[in-house]
Amino acid sequence: MRPRFYRAFRQALPAVALIVGLLALWELLARLLDIQEWLLPAPSAVWSAGIDSLQLLWPHVVRTLVETLLGFAVALMAGLGLGIAIDLSPLLRRAIYPLLVASQTVPTIAIAPLLVIWFGYGLLPKIIVVGLVCFFPVVVNTADGLRSASSDLLALLRTMGATRGDLFFKVRLPSALPMIFTGIKVAITYSVVGAIMGEWVGASRGLGIFMLRATNSFRTDWVFVSIFVSAVLSLGLFGLVNVVERLLQPWRFGRQEHWEELSK
Amino acid sequence: MSPLAVEVEQVSKRFRVDGHIVHALDGVSLHAAEGEFVSLVGPSGCGKSTLLNLICGLMEPDSGTIRLQGDTLPRLGRVGLMPQQDLLMPWRRVMDNLLLGPEIQRRDRQEAEQEAQALLPLFGLEGFAQSYPSQLSGGMRQRAALLRTMLAHPTVLALDEPFGALDALTRRGMRDWLLQVWERFGQTVLFVTHDVDEAIYLSDRVLVISSRPGTVALEVNVPLPRPRIQTQLDTLEAAHIRHRLLTALGL
Ligand SMILES: Nc1ncnc2c1ncn2[C@@H]1O[C@H](COP(=O)(O)OP(=O)(O)OP(=O)(O)O)[C@@H](O)[C@H]1O
Ligand SMILES: [Mg+2]
Repeated sequence: MRPRFYRAFRQALPAVALIVGLLALWELLARLLDIQEWLLPAPSAVWSAGIDSLQLLWPHVVRTLVETLLGFAVALMAGLGLGIAIDLSPLLRRAIYPLLVASQTVPTIAIAPLLVIWFGYGLLPKIIVVGLVCFFPVVVNTADGLRSASSDLLALLRTMGATRGDLFFKVRLPSALPMIFTGIKVAITYSVVGAIMGEWVGASRGLGIFMLRATNSFRTDWVFVSIFVSAVLSLGLFGLVNVVERLLQPWRFGRQEHWEELSK
Repeated sequence: MSPLAVEVEQVSKRFRVDGHIVHALDGVSLHAAEGEFVSLVGPSGCGKSTLLNLICGLMEPDSGTIRLQGDTLPRLGRVGLMPQQDLLMPWRRVMDNLLLGPEIQRRDRQEAEQEAQALLPLFGLEGFAQSYPSQLSGGMRQRAALLRTMLAHPTVLALDEPFGALDALTRRGMRDWLLQVWERFGQTVLFVTHDVDEAIYLSDRVLVISSRPGTVALEVNVPLPRPRIQTQLDTLEAAHIRHRLLTALGL
């Protein structure tokens, strides 16, 4: 356990050092150049504003997190489902795949107001925005991943008398897992931003609303606080996905535990 | 008399590759009796793998017939194929790779696992059942692939250059080991190789396939007594067989 923790620490060190360095530079410049607080608050000022507004911020964070998770869950299920369907039916692949790609040229920010017109100011339009943002990477990576299975391996299973179900569950799905997780990671990275965009066009609560109100009242420190919180949310969710990925694919990530050079 | 394990009669197979026709096999006939060890040698691209794929039932011939144990029923699930690469699944531990056949055949897992466990020493895999394939050496991977094929209980084994990826030294060891396994289980074996000495050392009979379109150019019996030992390859008899095979191969 000890050496593993130590290794993780060494892995993370360069990134942490860079971030700390940049923050220090920012703090230094903000103080030395005496920049106005409403223009660019120093990190220390953002931090204390964050601590002060914790109570105020909390319900907004919860709201955004709920929208994100619901939207992501819907996108995940729909994406996996449609990805599998596309893989099973060549007709569906030819019909839907180009449409999916084309749909990505429509900016989500243009659809969001329409959703408000159709579904009002409640939870639903935000879930849809998050869902739309997350859906595409999941579908495409699922459909492509299922195709990536080795045809020789599939043939080998057929010589053993495998059914289509065997081929799917024993070969194609496990072969697709790495790509599916790539899709999920892209999706989860965009999900929080999706929720915030959904809130911008009309909501009564959420990080996006908090951000808008802060901007309108020139509380730049609060704007930075909400940016920071949304980044933490995204990173946290990303980390969670990483953990699940590792748990589901021990053959890809568990290797060092069993097999490592002794001299190092 | 019991029917032949494998009968291939006048089988032809063509492929369309990038718009032009590749004539892979042309009127190939061969047979293997129950428990016989038959090798196929031939230049690269002459259709050896295609022939094994046809026999396994992965493809159907354009013309000609293939019979297993005297019948022409569907062949998938009846011939144990061991392809040129080991094709172990990286996401399964060795034991779970080995139990692929029993799993597909919906056999009792516990029984199959006991059988596999008992065979691990013979296949040099003792202590590696819970490892992932990426942790095995090349030779171990090939042995695991063969054990996986065996555990599906085929009566015919189709081995496609199983030792092709191994170094010369490991290869020699694997030959003796393969004969040991074969003598114990007594399956009919179709063995594809590039190596004439390997074919002589292992087989009851060797077929030379000519280059495209593949046909059977020569068929030689190998009457060397069993169990085989390495020095038998230095006898006059072996030299004579080797000479005939190499001539037929145009070497
Ligand atoms: N599925 C396929 N589709 C198209 N062409 C094929 C297919 N399988 C084999 N061929 C062609 O048939 C010919 C014979 O191929 P095959 O793999 O049977 O040769 P081989 O004797 O096994 O060669 P090697 O010793 O290099 O493995 C080749 O020209 C190959 O391009
Ligand atoms: Mg081949």
